[in-house]
Amino acid sequence: MIRGRSLRAFALVAPLMAYLALFFIWPLLTVITQSVSDPSVSRVLTRTAAEIGAWDGTGVPSAQVQAAFRADIVANTDDMAMGDVTRRLNSSKSGFRSLMGKTVTAVRENPDIDLASIDDRWTQTEFWAAIQANVSAYTDAYLLAALDLERDKTGAIAAMPEGTSANATILVRTLWISALVTLCCLLVGLPYAMIAATVTGWKRAVLLGAVLLPLWTSLLVRTAAWMIILQDNGIINQTLMALGIIDHPLALIYNRLGVVLAMTHVLLPFMVLPIYTVLLTVPRNLMTAAASLGAHPVRAFLRVLLPLSFRGIVSGTLLVFMAAIGYYITPALLGGASDQMLSSVIAFYATGSANWSMAAAIGLVLLVLTLLLYAVYNRLSRDPVQAR
Amino acid sequence: MSEPFIRFRDATKDYGAVRVVESLNLDIARGEFVSLLGPSGSGKTTLLMMLAGFESVSAGSILLDGREINTLPTYKRNMGVVFQNYALFPHMTVAKNVAFPLDMRREPKAATAERVRKALDMVQLGHLADRLPSQLSGGQQQRVALARALVFEPRVVLMDEPLGALDKQLREQMQLDIRDLHRRLGLTIIFVTHDQDEALTMSDRIAVFNQGKIQQCASPRQVYDHPANRFVAEFIGETNLLEGQVQAVTDGQVTLALKDGTSVRAQGVAGLRAGEAGLLSLRPERIEIQEGTAAEADNSLAGEIVDSIYQGDHVRVVIATAFGEIIARTGRKAREWPERARVALTFRAADGWVIAP
Repeated sequence: MIRGRSLRAFALVAPLMAYLALFFIWPLLTVITQSVSDPSVSRVLTRTAAEIGAWDGTGVPSAQVQAAFRADIVANTDDMAMGDVTRRLNSSKSGFRSLMGKTVTAVRENPDIDLASIDDRWTQTEFWAAIQANVSAYTDAYLLAALDLERDKTGAIAAMPEGTSANATILVRTLWISALVTLCCLLVGLPYAMIAATVTGWKRAVLLGAVLLPLWTSLLVRTAAWMIILQDNGIINQTLMALGIIDHPLALIYNRLGVVLAMTHVLLPFMVLPIYTVLLTVPRNLMTAAASLGAHPVRAFLRVLLPLSFRGIVSGTLLVFMAAIGYYITPALLGGASDQMLSSVIAFYATGSANWSMAAAIGLVLLVLTLLLYAVYNRLSRDPVQAR
Repeated sequence: MSEPFIRFRDATKDYGAVRVVESLNLDIARGEFVSLLGPSGSGKTTLLMMLAGFESVSAGSILLDGREINTLPTYKRNMGVVFQNYALFPHMTVAKNVAFPLDMRREPKAATAERVRKALDMVQLGHLADRLPSQLSGGQQQRVALARALVFEPRVVLMDEPLGALDKQLREQMQLDIRDLHRRLGLTIIFVTHDQDEALTMSDRIAVFNQGKIQQCASPRQVYDHPANRFVAEFIGETNLLEGQVQAVTDGQVTLALKDGTSVRAQGVAGLRAGEAGLLSLRPERIEIQEGTAAEADNSLAGEIVDSIYQGDHVRVVIATAFGEIIARTGRKAREWPERARVALTFRAADGWVIAP
């Protein structure tokens, strides 16, 4: 009986589980794997990869390892793949390009040839060390590159040379724009939520409807609407020029202003709703009580209403910030070249240059950032009264 | 002290087209305990809210110590308010709640701590200073609210049905506590309630409200024994109302002819004139029941027992008379009456009260 029941319960959640596994967990794992996998060397030098791990890094590897290396060269039929291997090894230790060319030709003629007799570079430890460093199927190179870092010749983590990558700059910019948008949402949303929680009847319905309406409209439509409003011959510029306040259009679009303005509008509900919900639980006469006890309205606000709505403010702030970090369409359509956020870099790597590993690595950076914020959110959004 | 401490002069409050308080005049002396008593919607709470500054005054004025305070903001009025739902700040400890009004007045820290301690001791809650309001019972929360409203030594303490949310036993204890505080500290208290027992227990004076007007404002004894009109007579306590016609008025003594021609003597409100209709208000506990016909008595009415109900501390007797059913309360030890027994109801002239209908 019990077993039948739990089986039924499991059957009920099974579609959900299957859905989550197929469309959430599996893609997530794929992305994570993609961001750290680097099969180009290990795919070709399979046997070498299996043997060279045991080498202690002094002198040259044993004959067994060398034999495995020769066997790999003989077994390989794909010149393109071997070219990838050569390029990778050469970037670790220059000289590999000529060495590998020479070695491949010699080994194909005589599979049992002594490597040292082809070129005496095979007697040098550095060249074998370069192979050992690159045969792993996994690499942190993409993740490091996502943060403008790389491993230098000695294997230590170091900053990339100036001007070669802008990921870190864009990451900082993403955080900065998100912070700006969050601040704007707070400045607009807090008073808005307070008014909405104070009024009743149709006024409250109108206020909440106005803030919810954007949620029910397509993001693309909303962004397009902002383009119409902000462009050079848009409503704002036309009006200001007609009134004679300005004589040439203000730059409202394709810059930081347009991005922040539109993102604030789109994300405002996520600020207003949590604050509003928390404010509803605050007894109405606490503010009148504070006034009767001699508190000026400003001090009553700071000492009573603000602490009591803190939970909502924290929730709203983090929700808006977390959502803003991943924004793509709005900055792409309303921002200039220097307003693009991390998502557009991901889009570039994924669709522009087909570098899936790089796209996955940057995506992972965003994911980790969001998870960290979520942990903060979880801590701070606990009821301060109960948390004591 | 010729000038009253608080004076409402033609105070009026309109909500849109509805007039909630109508041209109200009321003087309150320093140190007085005045209850505003009335059914809900009678304007008593609105009057308190106007005095506290939570509601504006539509017309007329409110004077405090001779100065008009119509436009003085709440936070400058220096009045302690105790609310029905306590209105404690849930994120502050008991001590912080009580310290709040002192912090707002930027009192020095040390003095604040000392005064908070004293205020909490006064309401016997010193041991709970570090608790949060949600960790206290309703009665304890209301005592904290009381301490908070008193700690800054306000000029007036306003209480808006503060005991309404408490159970009966606790309510009665708190009534005595507040009455005691009033006496000890010489506070001026204005207390809104719809509970007549509460008003009778604590007040120096009771202002009985109905439909935005004060029907009568007098001492509890006066309001109970000598109600000004039918509303007050019926709202406070239980009473029997007998219609009749005033025959004569001499020195406060009224002679009233009841419907069947029986003539009774009683006291009455000023302004009654011979020939006009009058209403005799007869409190149940002032009626005595005798078997058969009455012996010597100021007034006597004939009736027949309908029911006799033992109520613990008294016996409630229902008697059918020519003027309808009359309720009488007799002492616990009085005899219980068999149904249909013919009896005479007697009462002293001093115990009957005639009002205009």
